[in-house]
Amino acid sequence: MGIVSPGFFGRRRRDDPALPPGQYLTESFPVLSAGPTPRIAPSEWEFTITTETGQVHRWNWEEFLALKQDDVTRDIHCVTSWSKLGTSWRGVSIDTLFESVESEAEFTMAYSYGGYTTNVPLDDLLGGKAWIAHQFDGEALEPAHGGPARLLVPHLYFWKSAKWVRGLELLRQDEPGFWESNGYHMYGDPWQEQRYW
Amino acid sequence: MRTGWNVAEVIEVRQETGTARTLRLRLPGLTGHRPGQHVDVRLTAPDGYTAVRSYSVASALPGDELELTVEELADGEVSPYLVHQVAAGDQLEVRGPVGGWFVWNPADPAPVQLIAGGSGVVPLMAMIRSHGVGGSADGYAAPFRLLYSVRSPASAYYGTELDDLARSPLLTVTYVYTREAPAGSGTTPRRLDAPTLLDAILPVSDNPAFFICGATAFVETVADWLVQAGYPADRIKTERYGGTGGTP
Amino acid sequence: MTGDEVVGANPDDAQLDGHLDGNAAAGALSEVFVGDITTAVGRCAHCGRTGAMAMARCYPGSHGLLLRCPGCTEILLRLVESDGQVRLDLRGVSFLTLERP
Repeated sequence: MGIVSPGFFGRRRRDDPALPPGQYLTESFPVLSAGPTPRIAPSEWEFTITTETGQVHRWNWEEFLALKQDDVTRDIHCVTSWSKLGTSWRGVSIDTLFESVESEAEFTMAYSYGGYTTNVPLDDLLGGKAWIAHQFDGEALEPAHGGPARLLVPHLYFWKSAKWVRGLELLRQDEPGFWESNGYHMYGDPWQEQRYW
Repeated sequence: MRTGWNVAEVIEVRQETGTARTLRLRLPGLTGHRPGQHVDVRLTAPDGYTAVRSYSVASALPGDELELTVEELADGEVSPYLVHQVAAGDQLEVRGPVGGWFVWNPADPAPVQLIAGGSGVVPLMAMIRSHGVGGSADGYAAPFRLLYSVRSPASAYYGTELDDLARSPLLTVTYVYTREAPAGSGTTPRRLDAPTLLDAILPVSDNPAFFICGATAFVETVADWLVQAGYPADRIKTERYGGTGGTP
Repeated sequence: MTGDEVVGANPDDAQLDGHLDGNAAAGALSEVFVGDITTAVGRCAHCGRTGAMAMARCYPGSHGLLLRCPGCTEILLRLVESDGQVRLDLRGVSFLTLERP
């Protein structure tokens, strides 16, 4: 560890035993940007699920909003150590999207406008554990935070909640996405501190 | 080139403006640096949390001392600590000075046009100080011009020193005040625009070397105007400070 | 920010999104490369554009250090520091030309 800077505590953070190990509570909502912010108009937005056999299921923005919407409140944990409790989102559960999808695949790759990818086991997207979220805190999700819609998988580190998500590809084998192929953990469970390889 | 993190001692702190402070550091083992370079500063909280930010070196001192001028950003994580809490005698972890691209080479005789947006003036001041426009014994003859876009006279850094140095025919300083002009000057504050820029800078025929520093939007817009006006792109060097003059 | 406002800079312009440039990566890269990589000339493996690494777009505060091609915005370089290790992915650069010291 480097020399301690007396009186420095960083942004207002609290070490809370209710948080996963190594995490600190934040009041803000930091934006970590890995590239230019895509600007996708709802009229051009599409979400696609492609199965391992090549079956394609697609929704445009109107069709997406016509699906059953969930309002959920969850804690989120970023691998860069900040956690935010009780964040509220509105979106479509992956379970709802999968009602019409047949697949025997166990793994998925989420991919986004702008090129970002991240892998998540299918099991971790189903059973009420994940959504395609388009509202945060009652307002339309801002582009800086992943709008028009982002994947939301709160039980894994937040890099798995792909911003500007545009689809899921179903895979027979687990494959590393953008950060997973460069040092970040394939699964990313904050409670086991699975940050890196 | 020194690599890795090293411990620097804060020798002196002095207020630069109401919201900015200059820190003089001693970095053991440092033997000078190039004008335009920057250092990374790392702060570590007692729980091990770290924050790293980059700051341009403002000074042109020989040996193992250098100065940083830090502006306090409203929602900053590191800058408020550096501006309000650090005191002489404290230690800071520093990496560098680094950066071989955005540097002025005193051996280059070409005229130099410096364009600063707010706190972007810091590395450009290192270049001016290296040149020693007034009384450099090394006799650098390259003419320097500085266009300094700044919110108000009170927020400008190094005002007295620049006034002093601008007495030399080798340095011309033009201020553009974007929010508040000097009292009694009769100047209306305005944002920098292309005509104002082109009016104040060295002409294309001088083939000047450009150094532009400031927020990303400022740097990219100014660079575009220069290229559109016929200045060659390969004579323009830029350093972006991000969205709001630096990572907060 | 003080004095940074310019006429004509549209805050919604995706090009003006507050990214830094390769200069900002000099410190982190100095711990991996011998010599200053920011003055090295690289070629984007995606679009073929060449230029000094200092002119690449550096995105701040991400999960690692990222440099993107200023032309096509594809990734040039990724660097992740974790638990005492550094992982560097240079697939986006098809060559780097450095001056001998």
